[in-house]
Amino acid sequence: MIYVRNLHKHFGKLKVLRGIDCHIKPKEVVVVIGPSGSGKSTFLRCINVLEKPTDGEIIVDGFNMTDPRTNINKVREEVGMVFQHFNLFPHMTALENVALALEKVRKMPVAQAESVASEMLEKVGLKDKASNYPAQLSGGQQQRVAIARALAMRPKVMLFDEPTSALDPEMVGEVLAVMKGLAREGMTMVVVSHEMGFAKEVGDRAIFMDEGIIIEEGKPEDVFGNPQHERTQSFLSKILI
Amino acid sequence: MISLGVIRWDIIVDYMPMLLKVGVLTTLKLTVFSVGVGTVLGLFISLLRLSSWKPFSVIGVVYVDFFRGTPLLVQIFMFHFAILPAIIPGAFPSIISGLVALTLNSAAYIAEIFRAGIQSIDRGQMEAARSLGMTYPQAMRYVIIPQAFKRVIPALGNEFIAMLKDSSLVSVISVQELAMTGTLMSNRTYRPFEPWITVAILYLIMTMILSRFVAYLERRFGKGDIRA
Repeated sequence: MIYVRNLHKHFGKLKVLRGIDCHIKPKEVVVVIGPSGSGKSTFLRCINVLEKPTDGEIIVDGFNMTDPRTNINKVREEVGMVFQHFNLFPHMTALENVALALEKVRKMPVAQAESVASEMLEKVGLKDKASNYPAQLSGGQQQRVAIARALAMRPKVMLFDEPTSALDPEMVGEVLAVMKGLAREGMTMVVVSHEMGFAKEVGDRAIFMDEGIIIEEGKPEDVFGNPQHERTQSFLSKILI
Repeated sequence: MISLGVIRWDIIVDYMPMLLKVGVLTTLKLTVFSVGVGTVLGLFISLLRLSSWKPFSVIGVVYVDFFRGTPLLVQIFMFHFAILPAIIPGAFPSIISGLVALTLNSAAYIAEIFRAGIQSIDRGQMEAARSLGMTYPQAMRYVIIPQAFKRVIPALGNEFIAMLKDSSLVSVISVQELAMTGTLMSNRTYRPFEPWITVAILYLIMTMILSRFVAYLERRFGKGDIRA
C-alpha cells in the first residue's frame, strides 16, 4: 500500500529525516513513536506530500508521489489525514465540514454529499451535532468530526498525526474508540501517537524513530515490552511512569 | 470673529438640495463604485501577490508599490490628462478618469488588507483542505478566503471611510462631488464660510454613520468565531 524508500527531508540545514525505509501493507495498523523532533510527524506528512521530500521515493497505492507527473490531488483523495489540532473549517457546520470535499472534489450533488456526510457523522457518534459549528463542540467531538471528514472520501489509508495529544484527558477515550473501530474494520492506518494501549490493542507494528531514522520496529508488545535498542529503552522509560 | 448672527442661513438652505442631490450623491456613488470594484480587484491582486509563481507575485508587488507609493492626487492627474487620453483619444469625461483613479488606488490598499487576512488564517486550514484532495484554488475559494473575508471586514470598512474622504480629490478634475459642489457654492455666493462648514458637516455625518455601521458589522461577525 505504501512504500517509502530512502526518504530524506531537510529544512535548510536541519536534516529532519535521514533515510527512512518502510513498507506498509494493506490493512496494517502501524504506530509511530519517538521523541519530539524525531521526525515522526514529518515522515507522516511526507506520505501525502504536505511536506515535499528532499530525496527518496514514496509510492502510495501504486502512485509515485515524488514524480512531478503524478496528480497528487487525486492520490490525496485516497489518503485521509487527521491532525493534532483537528483543523476543522470554523466557518462551516460539522455536516458542511464533512460534505465539502464530497461536493467540490468528488463532485457529488449537494443532497447526496449531505446524506453521506450525515452517515459518517453517525459512524463517529455525532449525528446530533451535524448543525453545530466547530467552536460549539468539545475537542473530542471536533476530532471525531475531523475523522468523519477524512472517512467520507472513502480513503484507502488513514494518516493520524498525534490525534489525541491536544485533547483533555477525558476526551482521549472517545477518539481512540473511533480509531479502534476503524482498525477492526480493516482500514490501513499510520498513527503517530504515544497511546500505548491503542498500539497494543489494535496495532500490528510499532516503529520507534529518533533523529530522523527508524531505530527499531516490531510488534507493539515487543517494542514496548522488550525494546532492543538502548535509545528505545531510554525513551520508553521516560514516558512510561 | 464671526458671530452666529451674520451666518447667511438662507445660502445654506438654498444650496442644500444641490449639496445633497448632486454633491453627496456623487460622492457616495464614487465611493461605493471604487471600493466595490476595488474589493474584487484587490482580492485578485492579493492572490497574485501571494502566488508562489514569481512573475505573478512581482506583478502584485509592483502594483501595490506604485499605487501606495505615489500621491492619489498625482494618480488622478495622470489618468485624466495622460493615460486615458492616450488609450482613447479625445476629451475624456472627468467622472470616468476619477472613477478609474479611485478604483485602482483603492484596489492596492484592499489587496494589502486581503493579503494580511489570508496570511492570518492558520496554515492547518490549507493543509486540511489539501489533504482532502482539494486543489489550491479550491482550498482558497471554499476554505481560506471566506474566513479571511470575515476577518478583514473592519479593515474594509475603514478603507471605505478613507475613500469617502479621499474621493474629494477628484474635484481637481472638476468631478462634481461634494467638495466640488462646495467650491461652486463658494464661487457663486462670494462667501467661504457657509459652504465649507456645511460641506465639512455633511462629510462628518456620512463618515459617522459609516463608522457606526462598521462597528455593528464587527460585532455581528465577531460572534460565533470563538476558537476552541
